Amino acid sequence: MSNQELPLWEVFVRSKQGLDHKHCGSLHAADAQMALRMARDVYTRRMEGVSIWVVPSVAITASVPEDKDIDFDPMADKIYRHPTFYELPEEVKHM
Amino acid sequence: MYTQSMDLPQGPAAEPRGGPRDATDLEADARFEARIAADRKVEAQDWMPDAYRRTLVRQISQHAHSEVVGMLPEGNWVTRAPSLKRKAILLAKIQDEGGHGLYLYSAAETLGTSRDQMVGALHSGKAKYSSIFNYPTLTWADMGAVGWLVDGAAIMNQIPLCRCSYGPYARAMIRICKEESFHQRQGFDIMLSLARGTPAQKAMAQDALNRWWWPVVMMFGPSDAESIHSAQTMKWGIKRISNDDLRQKFIDATVPQAELLGLTIPDPDLKWNAERGHYEHGTIDWTEFWNVVNGNGPCNRERLAARVRAHEKGTWVREAAMAHAAKERARAERVAA
Repeated sequence: MSNQELPLWEVFVRSKQGLDHKHCGSLHAADAQMALRMARDVYTRRMEGVSIWVVPSVAITASVPEDKDIDFDPMADKIYRHPTFYELPEEVKHM
Repeated sequence: MYTQSMDLPQGPAAEPRGGPRDATDLEADARFEARIAADRKVEAQDWMPDAYRRTLVRQISQHAHSEVVGMLPEGNWVTRAPSLKRKAILLAKIQDEGGHGLYLYSAAETLGTSRDQMVGALHSGKAKYSSIFNYPTLTWADMGAVGWLVDGAAIMNQIPLCRCSYGPYARAMIRICKEESFHQRQGFDIMLSLARGTPAQKAMAQDALNRWWWPVVMMFGPSDAESIHSAQTMKWGIKRISNDDLRQKFIDATVPQAELLGLTIPDPDLKWNAERGHYEHGTIDWTEFWNVVNGNGPCNRERLAARVRAHEKGTWVREAAMAHAAKERARAERVAA
């Protein structure tokens, strides 16, 4: 057991009340409580956050880079999704 | 803190460029080069040439090791700081260095290496760290000189790294740079107090400057002409400014600060060149530099031994934390059943 690496956790920090949690890095810890405690010391020493989430790195499923072109196609053929597609009469100033 | 070791070989001196093998690789390679040329970031999951990955792992892990080993020369003065205020500041700085090491280890781990592998490479002596930490901190004034000069040089080196092409490294560097300026200022503040103090205190500050100046000037690494990895890392957008340019920038910024302190930089050949708009410095003793890099500095063995000892002494803590976590998990499962 002595050579076993502590599991990896991803750390998310809410920088300010009202904003969302944002990924800020990772760390190694034996369990969630230890991960939280360490995240506090490693990532929020200078008022960087008001709330922390820790997630086991193995629990994250990510999209595959090879599918990037399909998944995140700019959809140039569906420009009607953008408000600028619609031409409004001069009289309608703000819509 | 920062390492010049980004340009130093580790293990086999010549790393073969992982050349493309077939049409798919050629295409991926072209896409990668185009992305770099367009100054766009590379992220962990993206395809990258093996040599780019290896270079990053070497540089980021050496940088992380430098942060961690960098805690040792300062740790020497925690119990002997001249006041509670100075002690609290020094502790906060050392904690930051540990944090910087952790940000960087995390960034390196995104490239597929493990923490154990990196720590193992440090402890076996295979991985380098910044050789500046192989010099001893003999007096309290050294805490001033280290903050002012070593961290000052580090900032010069690190700011361009915030624009590094590898996303996780660039983001870690942004966080580090935000914290680093406190380090330099607290060092300068120590030097200022000593320089304005008694003649003995001022002499102590001068002595620290005398001992640290040349090692710090060498921190920027070998001259551009001698720097084996420079051209490639510049092309890849890992490195943005050359060793010599950074060194010049550091000297130009530091000379007026030394004048303000009323201290003399130990370089008789140092002089302002009005035409170039830069200071010119004397010859650097690169024999000393390579000597320290290759393990024969004043503290190389002591530093490494201290790291290995700390890691070994912490084994029971890591084991206990894992045993506790396993027990808690088992308890939760029993309650759920």
